[in-house]
Amino acid sequence: MLAYLIRRLLYAVPILIGVNVITFALFFVVNTPDDMARMQLGVKHVTPEAIEKWKAERGYDKPLFWNAAASGAGKLTETIFFEKSLKMFALDFGRADDGRDIAREIRQRMGPSLAVAVPVFVLGLFAAISFALLLVYFRATYLDFAGVVLCVAMMSVSSLFYIIGGQWLVAKVWHLVPISGYGEGLSAAKFIVLPVVISVLAGLGASARWYRTIFLEEITRDYVRTARAKGLSERLVLFRHVLRNALIPILTGAVVLIPSLFMGSLLIEAFFGIPGLGSYTIEAINAQDFAVVRAMVFIGSALYILGLLLTDISYTIADPRIRLQ
Amino acid sequence: MTLLTVRDLTVEIGAARPVEGVSFEIAAGETFALVGESGCGKTLTALALLRLLPEAARIESGSIRFAGEELLALSEAEMRKRRGGQLGMIFQEPATSLNPVMTIGAQIAEALALHGGGASEAKAVDLLSAVGIPDPARRAREYPFQLSGGMKQRAMIAMALAGAPQLLIADEPTTALDVTIQAQVLELLARLQEARGMAMLLITHDLGIVAQQAQRVGVMYAGQLVELAPRTAFFSAPSHPYARRLFAALPAAGRRGRLQTLPGSVPSPAQRPDGCRFASRCDVALPVCAHEPPPWREIAPGQQVRCHLEEPRKVGAGGTAQSGAAVPEPPPATALLAVRDLAVHFPIRRGLLQRPVGWVRAVDGIDLELPAGRTLALVGESGCGKTTAGRAILGLQAATRGERLWQGEALKGLAPQRMQMVFQDPFGSLNPRLRVGAIVKEGNPTADVGALLAAVGLEPEMAKRYPHEFSGGQRQRIAIARALAVDPQLLICDEPTSALDVSVQAQILNLLVELQEERGLAYLFITHNLAVVEHLAHQVAVMYLGRIVEQGSVDEVMRTPQHPYTQALLAAVPRIDTSGKADRERLLVPGDPPSPAQPPPGCHFHPRCPRAAARCRAAYPEAVQLSATHGVRCFFPG
Amino acid sequence: MKFVLLWSDFLFFLLVAGGVIFGLWARRVEHQRAAWRKVGQSRVGMAAATVLVLFLAVALLDSVHYRERLPGEGEHYAVEVRSVLDALLTPLRTRPEKTYSAPLATHSFAKENIAGEGRDFPRLKFGGAHLGEALSRHGADIALRCAQGLGLGAVAGLALWLAGLPLRRRAPHLAWDAVFVTLGVFCLIAGPLAMLAQGYHVLGTDKVGQDVLYLTLKSIRTGLLIGTLTTLIMLPAAIFLGILAGYAGGWIDDVIQYLYTTLNSIPGVLLIAAAVLMMQVMIDTHPQWFSTSAERADARLLALCAILGLTSWTGLCRLLRGETLKLRELEYVQAARALGVSSGRILTRHILPNVMHLVIIAIVMDFSGLVLAEAVLSYVGIGVDPNTISFGTMINTARMELAREPMVWWSLTAAFVFMFVLVLAANLFADVVRDAFDPRLAR
Repeated sequence: MLAYLIRRLLYAVPILIGVNVITFALFFVVNTPDDMARMQLGVKHVTPEAIEKWKAERGYDKPLFWNAAASGAGKLTETIFFEKSLKMFALDFGRADDGRDIAREIRQRMGPSLAVAVPVFVLGLFAAISFALLLVYFRATYLDFAGVVLCVAMMSVSSLFYIIGGQWLVAKVWHLVPISGYGEGLSAAKFIVLPVVISVLAGLGASARWYRTIFLEEITRDYVRTARAKGLSERLVLFRHVLRNALIPILTGAVVLIPSLFMGSLLIEAFFGIPGLGSYTIEAINAQDFAVVRAMVFIGSALYILGLLLTDISYTIADPRIRLQ
Repeated sequence: MTLLTVRDLTVEIGAARPVEGVSFEIAAGETFALVGESGCGKTLTALALLRLLPEAARIESGSIRFAGEELLALSEAEMRKRRGGQLGMIFQEPATSLNPVMTIGAQIAEALALHGGGASEAKAVDLLSAVGIPDPARRAREYPFQLSGGMKQRAMIAMALAGAPQLLIADEPTTALDVTIQAQVLELLARLQEARGMAMLLITHDLGIVAQQAQRVGVMYAGQLVELAPRTAFFSAPSHPYARRLFAALPAAGRRGRLQTLPGSVPSPAQRPDGCRFASRCDVALPVCAHEPPPWREIAPGQQVRCHLEEPRKVGAGGTAQSGAAVPEPPPATALLAVRDLAVHFPIRRGLLQRPVGWVRAVDGIDLELPAGRTLALVGESGCGKTTAGRAILGLQAATRGERLWQGEALKGLAPQRMQMVFQDPFGSLNPRLRVGAIVKEGNPTADVGALLAAVGLEPEMAKRYPHEFSGGQRQRIAIARALAVDPQLLICDEPTSALDVSVQAQILNLLVELQEERGLAYLFITHNLAVVEHLAHQVAVMYLGRIVEQGSVDEVMRTPQHPYTQALLAAVPRIDTSGKADRERLLVPGDPPSPAQPPPGCHFHPRCPRAAARCRAAYPEAVQLSATHGVRCFFPG
Repeated sequence: MKFVLLWSDFLFFLLVAGGVIFGLWARRVEHQRAAWRKVGQSRVGMAAATVLVLFLAVALLDSVHYRERLPGEGEHYAVEVRSVLDALLTPLRTRPEKTYSAPLATHSFAKENIAGEGRDFPRLKFGGAHLGEALSRHGADIALRCAQGLGLGAVAGLALWLAGLPLRRRAPHLAWDAVFVTLGVFCLIAGPLAMLAQGYHVLGTDKVGQDVLYLTLKSIRTGLLIGTLTTLIMLPAAIFLGILAGYAGGWIDDVIQYLYTTLNSIPGVLLIAAAVLMMQVMIDTHPQWFSTSAERADARLLALCAILGLTSWTGLCRLLRGETLKLRELEYVQAARALGVSSGRILTRHILPNVMHLVIIAIVMDFSGLVLAEAVLSYVGIGVDPNTISFGTMINTARMELAREPMVWWSLTAAFVFMFVLVLAANLFADVVRDAFDPRLAR
């Protein structure tokens, strides 16, 4: 078991290196730092001096892989690849264009992101599973049919409309909560209610329908027939047998997302003005702040890989067939 | 006293009626067997008794009276009290019929809570020990995947017993089990029934099991019962033409040569004829049979037949098969195929670096020799390595060591085209996207498809159709035609008939015998079915846990088996003797076959062997040559 | 006039041609025909397909591009690239107002200082201009045009129904009812729209006075292109690598698995964001590559498809790998190996045809997700070129309008309705296709 986990952990290393190489290639090889500088400075200000200054400010003036001018180990370390890519493994992300330390910014913004993302994750999972169970309990009736139609309709609405419509209706027409913003401590509650509800609703259709298929597949299994032959009621069959088996793929499938909750949601945070990592990313994209985007790609990948690891662990916990073998 | 009375039960799925007008009775304490081939409606009948039909199916009409009350009139809540209480059921597939994430004990406790006067761990453990599970307290805390197939079925039985049922419905309870385990489970069922005075509805396709277990028999065909009889009357004089043909189609000892077969196949529930459903396949059909459903006719006390013939059993002698014509002995030749010390080991990888920490010795050094035009049967139970051996001989599976000689020349990698394989699953062995013509031409684009299809008993026009339009037996014929297209000398047949019904199995076996006579084919016939072995093999090799424990001519191995495992295997097969008496004195091998990853030291069979002595635990016995052809690996043969 | 073939047009036509060829092939292949027949027998499937075909027709009309010849001597062509759809919608395109106006309005949405009359809602230049001073006839005129439109629509619907009779006779088992009911509803909606659009801005105008109906119709091409071209781009890689990994096993499998796990582990939006940013730098620093702004926007659209394809092939690849692993062990593949059939032939004859249903399901299932993704990405600013008309850019420009007092609701509503209908039809169609091709998942 421990050996297995260590092996999985070791497997994560080449993947992270791969991610690093891809981002490096994307940011420094597809376009040269000169290209980036030209674009950032705008047509009017492009002079060779301005470009050099822009590069020097950001440390992009070094060679990509091999610094012949430096001495000793500096030949390798005083390069863009080392400074900008390898240092990320040490969680050193450098500075954003506005001069702030990215790592510090990330630490500060994690809280608001989690304040929204965690309730969305938990409530969303609960709502979708409950709704799917309801449909399965009434399977092959009109209620089930109507529920599936509702799910498909909900899936067909862009999340943008959920946000815009929800903001307009709840905040603007009904004045129940502030349209956007964020507060410290408990005062944050009134700001996060609406984004949470909207996120849960926006994801409900697709996941409820997916879980319903899982439940229905499980319900055709032989052991369900055995349970019925014991004389168990349909409700007990559903909760004690079907749910327990279906939860294994559902929960382990959800576990992979848990670490990524730190990243927050781009859209929700941008719309509701929540100062989390999602809005940080969006701002960076809009401001074309390459350093921040690079850092977020790296962190996002690392968290996803962590999620894969957690998935493996959760499988071994949830499924006795794997736990005991 | 009658416990269960079923009258005119009809089950509908859409417009089709897979069960129609079925009536029978079961007395308290009695075993009633419902026999029939796949799709005849026997399982649906059983599920209907519990009102557990699949969602698409419903009971159209009929009456089910159990212990004096009408089950079809009960509310669902009332019915639930009967289910698992007075009526217990066990299913065919123990591997999938238990909840994989619940412990055995919890699953039994659940049934106890409903019907057994409260759940308690002690009671669950008692039940487990009652069904003969060793160390029941530990097993109760284990999950289904930790139990062997036989133990899972025992646990299922324990669960069914939790409500102390008056009637136990057993739906093919041993079909998924190996023959030695089947013998154990059947023995257990008989013992429990006797001790508890339960009645039992036994559903099976195996006439041997019926002969051994049942007091009364009902034969089903295409959704209807066609014969009801006490066991002795049924086995001494089966009366419905279908029942008689079934007996004739059984391969058995002393019945070499062609088997009598049933032509055609069972009509599907969607398109059933107006008259007798068997008429189109019946060799004694009268003109009236085609359009008028036959009436029930009582021909002997307790024996009823649904047939137009006045005295059905007098017309047409049952055994007109060209029996006795033993397969002609071809002149001895040099070995077409020889296998020396062939082994296939699969690594078990563990730990940080995935180093192999052990080996699954699926095949662990076997020697075989097969002359041209002869049949060598490789016999063994599931997991003994016989299929892996077949694949390794063909080169589909890399061998760990050993050599394969084809006409004296060593083979490397894939065997030459003249060695071909016929697979077990008739549904997996044909690409559903290709027409039959293209499938047959697969290995030889210039093959004459029409002639090949004709050679395997199909119409040449069928080349234009797709596999899904064919039945299992026809698919197997197509697979054989595909192999014949490259004019092979040796066919490795991997359980080619085990997925087929008895009547279809006879057709395929006959076809194989014919092809051998016409084309001088040699067969390596891999099977678990000893009856088939007796029917068509010249030589037999018995495998246990990766090694061949006994090898010899068919007469030597089947008549005078020397290895205790061979003897147990032969004894475990339920047999029908002419008097129909059950043969209860059987040699039961205890326990389960060990895992090939950790074979027991010394002789692999010693933990289950009645003759085991100290030296058996110490070393694997060398082969003892009893005759020129008969060898056995046992310290105490005999 | 000079025809212009944008790269996206070329690929789109290629795709349609490919679809037609596939259809002809599928007609001849039994199992394909059987599955598509099931789709054809489903009412929901046929109705959804009809809606999709209508959208496709709009997109195709919008994909035939040309540059108009300028008056005067010599070969001079307008810089602007137009499409056949633009030509058909000339009245909508060429009659911009100054700024916002509500649907069917005759006056502007905002008050303005009008010379000599103080602050008031000015008359629109085009909306309701034919009424002249007789503004009291506004309601009656709308009603009349609606009635005319309904009449025309009914006639057109009836004509379509009659024209469809031979089809019904040739294939009586298909759900033609659903097709003609859908077409009828479409005619009854399109008729009044067409009549009204000749005199009014049916769905109002946006901030710079462009007709919203025109914008929504133009958005369709972008949505369809992204939904289909992305899949087309990623398909070869997904199929090739997935089947190769599953069949070859060993180190090839390891490498391919590593590749898709790595790509998959980068959060999709961020990878797209990074790639789009880089691509934007590339496009901006090489203006000489593009002769017209349409070409530049087109390049960005294609690049977006490519990037979306890059991030979305992993799912299908993994699915195909798993299926191939299963198929590889199937007995007919083993039998083919025993018969000495080469690996290449096994892959094309035995593996590929038996995973095609997964590919088809993936194509139809991915479509709706991609249309939705376009809107979100364009909204975030990493989607299509801001000058390309799309649902995303429409929503992006309209998002602040809900905050206005009184509210400007029509742009968003129009985008919402069109997008919802398109995505819903795609989702329903995908469901039917999946059920027809994969009975295991049919629920």
